[in-house]
Amino acid sequence: MSGRVGIVVFPGSNCERDCRRVLETLGAQTTYVWHKEVTLPDVDIVVLPGGFAHGDYLRTGAIARFSPVMGAVRDHADAGGIVIGICNGFQILCEAGMLPGALRKNSGLKFICRWVGLRVDNHRSPFTSRATPGQRLRIPINHFEGSWHCGSDELERIRANGQIVLRYTANPNGALDDVAGLTNERGNVFGLMPHPERACEPSSSQDGAVILGSMLDSVPAREPAHL
Amino acid sequence: MTYGAVVDVMLKPGIADPQGQTVERALPALGFTGVEGVRVGKRIELTVDAGTPEEARELVGEMCDRFLANPVIESYNVTLL
Repeated sequence: MSGRVGIVVFPGSNCERDCRRVLETLGAQTTYVWHKEVTLPDVDIVVLPGGFAHGDYLRTGAIARFSPVMGAVRDHADAGGIVIGICNGFQILCEAGMLPGALRKNSGLKFICRWVGLRVDNHRSPFTSRATPGQRLRIPINHFEGSWHCGSDELERIRANGQIVLRYTANPNGALDDVAGLTNERGNVFGLMPHPERACEPSSSQDGAVILGSMLDSVPAREPAHL
Repeated sequence: MTYGAVVDVMLKPGIADPQGQTVERALPALGFTGVEGVRVGKRIELTVDAGTPEEARELVGEMCDRFLANPVIESYNVTLL
Protein backbone atom coordinates (compact mmCIF):
# COMPACT_ATOMS: atom_id res chain seq x y z
CA MET A 1 0.00 0.00 0.00
CA SER A 2 1.30 3.39 -0.90
CA GLY A 3 0.20 6.18 -3.10
CA ARG A 4 0.61 9.86 -3.49
CA VAL A 5 -2.51 11.80 -2.81
CA GLY A 6 -3.39 15.36 -3.80
CA ILE A 7 -6.04 16.88 -1.54
CA VAL A 8 -7.74 19.77 -3.31
CA VAL A 9 -8.48 22.77 -1.13
CA PHE A 10 -11.23 25.16 -2.18
CA PRO A 11 -12.13 28.31 -0.29
CA GLY A 12 -14.55 26.83 2.23
CA SER A 13 -13.13 23.30 2.32
CA ASN A 14 -12.87 22.15 5.93
CA CYS A 15 -12.09 18.43 5.93
CA GLU A 16 -8.71 18.54 4.20
CA ARG A 17 -6.72 18.19 7.43
CA ASP A 18 -8.76 15.20 8.57
CA CYS A 19 -8.16 13.58 5.19
CA ARG A 20 -4.44 14.30 5.33
CA ARG A 21 -4.02 12.91 8.85
CA VAL A 22 -5.91 9.72 8.12
CA LEU A 23 -4.38 9.06 4.71
CA GLU A 24 -0.86 9.57 6.06
CA THR A 25 -1.64 7.25 8.97
CA LEU A 26 -2.71 4.70 6.36
CA GLY A 27 0.65 5.06 4.61
CA ALA A 28 0.02 7.62 1.87
CA GLN A 29 2.04 10.70 1.04
CA THR A 30 -0.22 13.70 0.76
CA THR A 31 -0.05 17.23 -0.50
CA TYR A 32 -2.60 20.01 -0.62
CA VAL A 33 -3.54 21.43 -4.01
CA TRP A 34 -5.02 24.94 -4.00
CA HIS A 35 -8.06 25.22 -6.25
CA LYS A 36 -6.43 27.90 -8.42
CA GLU A 37 -3.72 25.53 -9.63
CA VAL A 38 -4.21 24.51 -13.23
CA THR A 39 -2.07 21.39 -12.96
CA LEU A 40 -1.80 18.63 -10.39
CA PRO A 41 1.47 17.57 -8.77
CA ASP A 42 2.63 14.00 -9.44
CA VAL A 43 -0.17 12.18 -7.63
CA ASP A 44 -1.98 8.85 -8.02
CA ILE A 45 -5.13 9.88 -6.22
CA VAL A 46 -7.10 13.12 -6.02
CA VAL A 47 -9.31 13.84 -3.00
CA LEU A 48 -12.05 16.47 -3.09
CA PRO A 49 -12.70 16.88 0.64
CA GLY A 50 -15.80 17.96 2.48
CA GLY A 51 -16.73 21.49 3.39
CA PHE A 52 -18.61 24.36 1.81
CA ALA A 53 -16.59 25.21 -1.29
CA HIS A 54 -17.27 28.77 -2.43
CA GLY A 55 -19.86 29.06 0.33
CA ASP A 56 -22.18 26.58 -1.40
CA TYR A 57 -23.63 29.61 -3.20
CA LEU A 58 -26.16 28.98 -5.98
CA ARG A 59 -25.96 25.21 -5.42
CA THR A 60 -23.46 23.03 -3.59
CA GLY A 61 -20.51 22.47 -5.90
CA ALA A 62 -21.92 24.68 -8.67
CA ILE A 63 -19.12 27.23 -8.47
CA ALA A 64 -16.35 24.84 -7.39
CA ARG A 65 -16.76 22.86 -10.59
CA PHE A 66 -15.42 25.91 -12.45
CA SER A 67 -12.36 26.29 -10.20
CA PRO A 68 -9.18 26.24 -12.33
CA VAL A 69 -7.98 22.94 -10.83
CA MET A 70 -11.02 21.05 -12.02
CA GLY A 71 -9.70 20.76 -15.58
CA ALA A 72 -6.68 18.89 -14.26
CA VAL A 73 -8.87 16.75 -12.00
CA ARG A 74 -10.95 15.77 -15.02
CA ASP A 75 -7.81 14.97 -17.05
CA HIS A 76 -6.56 12.81 -14.17
CA ALA A 77 -9.84 10.88 -14.17
CA ASP A 78 -9.92 10.61 -17.96
CA ALA A 79 -6.46 9.04 -17.80
CA GLY A 80 -7.81 6.42 -15.39
CA GLY A 81 -6.56 8.08 -12.21
CA ILE A 82 -8.43 7.62 -8.94
CA VAL A 83 -10.64 10.48 -7.74
CA ILE A 84 -12.71 10.46 -4.55
CA GLY A 85 -15.18 13.17 -3.56
CA ILE A 86 -16.36 13.14 0.03
CA CYS A 87 -19.58 14.97 0.92
CA ASN A 88 -19.06 18.42 -0.66
CA GLY A 89 -16.54 16.72 -2.96
CA PHE A 90 -19.29 14.35 -4.10
CA GLN A 91 -21.54 17.34 -4.80
CA ILE A 92 -18.77 18.97 -6.84
CA LEU A 93 -18.18 15.81 -8.90
CA CYS A 94 -21.90 15.60 -9.70
CA GLU A 95 -22.05 19.27 -10.69
CA ALA A 96 -18.97 18.74 -12.87
CA GLY A 97 -20.69 15.86 -14.63
CA MET A 98 -17.93 13.47 -13.52
CA LEU A 99 -20.51 11.46 -11.57
CA PRO A 100 -24.15 10.92 -12.52
CA GLY A 101 -27.08 12.59 -10.79
CA ALA A 102 -27.37 15.47 -8.36
CA LEU A 103 -27.62 16.03 -4.62
CA ARG A 104 -30.83 17.61 -3.34
CA LYS A 105 -31.74 18.99 0.05
CA ASN A 106 -32.38 16.26 2.61
CA SER A 107 -36.00 15.14 2.49
CA GLY A 108 -36.49 16.13 6.15
CA LEU A 109 -35.03 19.63 5.51
CA LYS A 110 -32.62 19.13 8.39
CA PHE A 111 -28.87 19.26 8.49
CA ILE A 112 -27.97 15.74 9.63
CA CYS A 113 -24.81 15.03 11.59
CA ARG A 114 -24.73 11.49 12.95
CA TRP A 115 -23.45 7.97 12.49
CA VAL A 116 -25.23 5.92 9.86
CA GLY A 117 -25.18 2.30 8.76
CA LEU A 118 -23.98 1.49 5.25
CA ARG A 119 -23.89 -1.66 3.16
CA VAL A 120 -21.19 -2.40 0.60
CA ASP A 121 -23.10 -3.39 -2.53
CA ASN A 122 -20.08 -3.55 -4.81
CA HIS A 123 -16.96 -4.95 -3.17
CA ARG A 124 -15.02 -5.03 -6.44
CA SER A 125 -14.52 -1.31 -6.83
CA PRO A 126 -11.09 0.22 -6.11
CA PHE A 127 -12.72 1.82 -3.07
CA THR A 128 -14.08 -1.35 -1.48
CA SER A 129 -11.56 -4.10 -2.24
CA ARG A 130 -10.96 -4.55 1.50
CA ALA A 131 -14.66 -5.11 2.13
CA THR A 132 -16.52 -8.38 2.10
CA PRO A 133 -19.68 -8.62 -0.05
CA GLY A 134 -22.53 -6.89 1.71
CA GLN A 135 -20.31 -5.77 4.59
CA ARG A 136 -21.95 -3.31 6.97
CA LEU A 137 -20.02 -0.15 7.81
CA ARG A 138 -20.60 2.55 10.41
CA ILE A 139 -19.49 5.97 9.18
CA PRO A 140 -20.86 9.43 10.01
CA ILE A 141 -22.69 11.79 7.69
CA ASN A 142 -22.71 15.57 8.04
CA HIS A 143 -24.75 17.33 5.40
CA PHE A 144 -27.85 19.26 4.39
CA GLU A 145 -27.83 18.44 0.69
CA GLY A 146 -27.17 14.72 0.44
CA SER A 147 -30.28 13.31 -1.14
CA TRP A 148 -28.94 11.82 -4.34
CA HIS A 149 -31.20 11.76 -7.36
CA CYS A 150 -31.12 10.90 -11.07
CA GLY A 151 -33.53 10.03 -13.87
CA SER A 152 -35.11 6.56 -13.93
CA ASP A 153 -33.41 5.41 -17.16
CA GLU A 154 -30.07 6.50 -15.85
CA LEU A 155 -30.68 4.75 -12.53
CA GLU A 156 -31.24 1.48 -14.39
CA ARG A 157 -27.94 1.89 -16.21
CA ILE A 158 -26.12 2.78 -13.01
CA ARG A 159 -27.52 -0.27 -11.23
CA ALA A 160 -26.72 -2.57 -14.14
CA ASN A 161 -23.13 -1.30 -14.19
CA GLY A 162 -22.67 -1.94 -10.48
CA GLN A 163 -21.89 1.72 -9.89
CA ILE A 164 -23.80 1.88 -6.60
CA VAL A 165 -21.06 0.97 -4.16
CA LEU A 166 -22.59 2.06 -0.84
CA ARG A 167 -26.23 2.13 0.28
CA TYR A 168 -27.70 3.38 3.53
CA THR A 169 -29.20 0.61 5.64
CA ALA A 170 -31.74 3.16 6.95
CA ASN A 171 -32.12 6.01 4.47
CA PRO A 172 -31.51 9.28 6.38
CA ASN A 173 -32.06 11.84 3.63
CA GLY A 174 -34.42 10.54 0.95
CA ALA A 175 -31.67 9.52 -1.45
CA LEU A 176 -32.98 7.61 -4.46
CA ASP A 177 -32.41 3.86 -4.11
CA ASP A 178 -30.71 4.50 -0.72
CA VAL A 179 -27.56 5.62 -2.55
CA ALA A 180 -24.82 6.77 -0.20
CA GLY A 181 -21.92 6.47 -2.64
CA LEU A 182 -21.42 5.61 -6.29
CA THR A 183 -18.80 5.55 -9.00
CA ASN A 184 -18.68 6.70 -12.59
CA GLU A 185 -19.13 4.12 -15.33
CA ARG A 186 -15.42 3.41 -15.52
CA GLY A 187 -15.25 2.92 -11.76
CA ASN A 188 -12.29 5.19 -11.02
CA VAL A 189 -14.24 8.20 -9.74
CA PHE A 190 -16.15 7.76 -6.50
CA GLY A 191 -18.41 10.11 -4.59
CA LEU A 192 -19.97 9.47 -1.19
CA MET A 193 -21.84 11.54 1.34
CA PRO A 194 -20.49 9.75 4.46
CA HIS A 195 -17.11 10.87 5.81
CA PRO A 196 -14.74 7.87 5.91
CA GLU A 197 -11.95 10.11 7.24
CA ARG A 198 -14.01 10.59 10.41
CA ALA A 199 -14.17 6.85 11.08
CA CYS A 200 -10.53 5.85 11.22
CA GLU A 201 -9.48 6.46 14.82
CA PRO A 202 -9.13 3.69 17.43
CA SER A 203 -11.58 5.58 19.65
CA SER A 204 -14.43 5.09 17.17
CA SER A 205 -15.51 2.88 14.32
CA GLN A 206 -12.56 2.42 11.97
CA ASP A 207 -14.76 1.40 9.05
CA GLY A 208 -13.68 4.46 7.07
CA ALA A 209 -10.32 2.79 6.66
CA VAL A 210 -12.00 0.01 4.69
CA ILE A 211 -12.75 2.58 2.00
CA LEU A 212 -9.67 4.77 2.20
CA GLY A 213 -7.35 1.76 2.64
CA SER A 214 -8.89 0.03 -0.36
CA MET A 215 -8.35 3.19 -2.37
CA LEU A 216 -4.67 3.31 -1.41
CA ASP A 217 -4.31 -0.41 -2.17
CA SER A 218 -5.55 0.24 -5.70
CA VAL A 219 -2.49 2.24 -6.76
CA PRO A 220 0.89 0.63 -7.38
CA ALA A 221 3.50 1.03 -4.68
CA ARG A 222 6.18 3.65 -5.19
CA GLU A 223 9.43 4.47 -3.52
CA PRO A 224 8.97 7.19 -0.92
CA ALA A 225 9.92 10.55 -2.36
CA HIS A 226 9.41 14.13 -1.48
CA LEU A 227 6.35 15.58 -3.15
CA MET B 1 -28.16 47.28 -25.61
CA THR B 2 -28.63 46.26 -22.03
CA TYR B 3 -31.45 43.90 -21.26
CA GLY B 4 -32.83 43.02 -17.87
CA ALA B 5 -33.75 39.42 -17.34
CA VAL B 6 -35.35 37.35 -14.63
CA VAL B 7 -34.58 33.67 -14.31
CA ASP B 8 -36.94 31.46 -12.33
CA VAL B 9 -35.37 28.18 -11.32
CA MET B 10 -37.70 25.47 -10.05
CA LEU B 11 -37.29 21.83 -9.14
CA LYS B 12 -38.60 19.77 -12.05
CA PRO B 13 -42.14 18.44 -11.76
CA GLY B 14 -41.98 15.09 -10.04
CA ILE B 15 -38.91 15.95 -8.00
CA ALA B 16 -39.89 16.07 -4.33
CA ASP B 17 -39.79 19.61 -2.96
CA PRO B 18 -39.55 19.38 0.83
CA GLN B 19 -39.52 23.18 1.17
CA GLY B 20 -42.77 23.48 -0.77
CA GLN B 21 -44.32 20.66 1.24
CA THR B 22 -43.32 22.29 4.52
CA VAL B 23 -44.76 25.65 3.48
CA GLU B 24 -47.94 23.92 2.35
CA ARG B 25 -48.31 22.17 5.71
CA ALA B 26 -47.73 25.43 7.58
CA LEU B 27 -50.39 27.47 5.77
CA PRO B 28 -53.46 25.93 7.42
CA ALA B 29 -52.05 26.90 10.82
CA LEU B 30 -52.42 30.53 9.71
CA GLY B 31 -55.94 29.97 8.54
CA PHE B 32 -55.18 29.52 4.84
CA THR B 33 -56.99 26.35 3.95
CA GLY B 34 -57.40 24.70 0.57
CA VAL B 35 -53.89 25.49 -0.64
CA GLU B 36 -52.21 22.87 -2.81
CA GLY B 37 -49.22 22.41 -5.02
CA VAL B 38 -46.81 24.75 -3.21
CA ARG B 39 -43.38 24.68 -4.83
CA VAL B 40 -40.42 26.80 -3.74
CA GLY B 41 -37.84 27.91 -6.29
CA LYS B 42 -35.38 30.72 -6.74
CA ARG B 43 -35.33 33.90 -8.76
CA ILE B 44 -32.17 35.35 -10.28
CA GLU B 45 -32.16 38.89 -11.68
CA LEU B 46 -29.48 40.10 -14.04
CA THR B 47 -28.72 42.47 -16.89
CA VAL B 48 -26.86 41.48 -20.04
CA ASP B 49 -25.35 43.26 -23.00
CA ALA B 50 -26.76 41.90 -26.26
CA GLY B 51 -27.61 43.09 -29.77
CA THR B 52 -31.22 42.00 -29.76
CA PRO B 53 -33.78 40.63 -27.31
CA GLU B 54 -33.43 37.22 -28.96
CA GLU B 55 -29.69 37.33 -28.42
CA ALA B 56 -30.18 38.31 -24.80
CA ARG B 57 -32.59 35.45 -24.24
CA GLU B 58 -30.21 33.01 -25.87
CA LEU B 59 -27.32 34.23 -23.75
CA VAL B 60 -29.25 33.89 -20.50
CA GLY B 61 -30.50 30.47 -21.59
CA GLU B 62 -26.92 29.37 -22.09
CA MET B 63 -26.02 30.63 -18.61
CA CYS B 64 -28.90 28.57 -17.22
CA ASP B 65 -27.89 25.43 -19.10
CA ARG B 66 -24.28 25.64 -17.96
CA PHE B 67 -24.51 27.18 -14.53
CA LEU B 68 -27.64 28.80 -13.13
CA ALA B 69 -29.73 25.62 -13.13
CA ASN B 70 -28.84 21.96 -12.69
CA PRO B 71 -30.59 20.13 -15.54
CA VAL B 72 -30.71 16.89 -13.54
CA ILE B 73 -33.21 18.25 -11.03
CA GLU B 74 -34.14 21.81 -12.07
CA SER B 75 -35.98 23.56 -14.87
CA TYR B 76 -35.81 27.27 -15.61
CA ASN B 77 -37.74 30.03 -17.28
CA VAL B 78 -36.25 33.24 -18.65
CA THR B 79 -38.26 36.46 -18.76
CA LEU B 80 -36.84 39.57 -20.41
CA LEU B 81 -37.87 42.81 -18.73
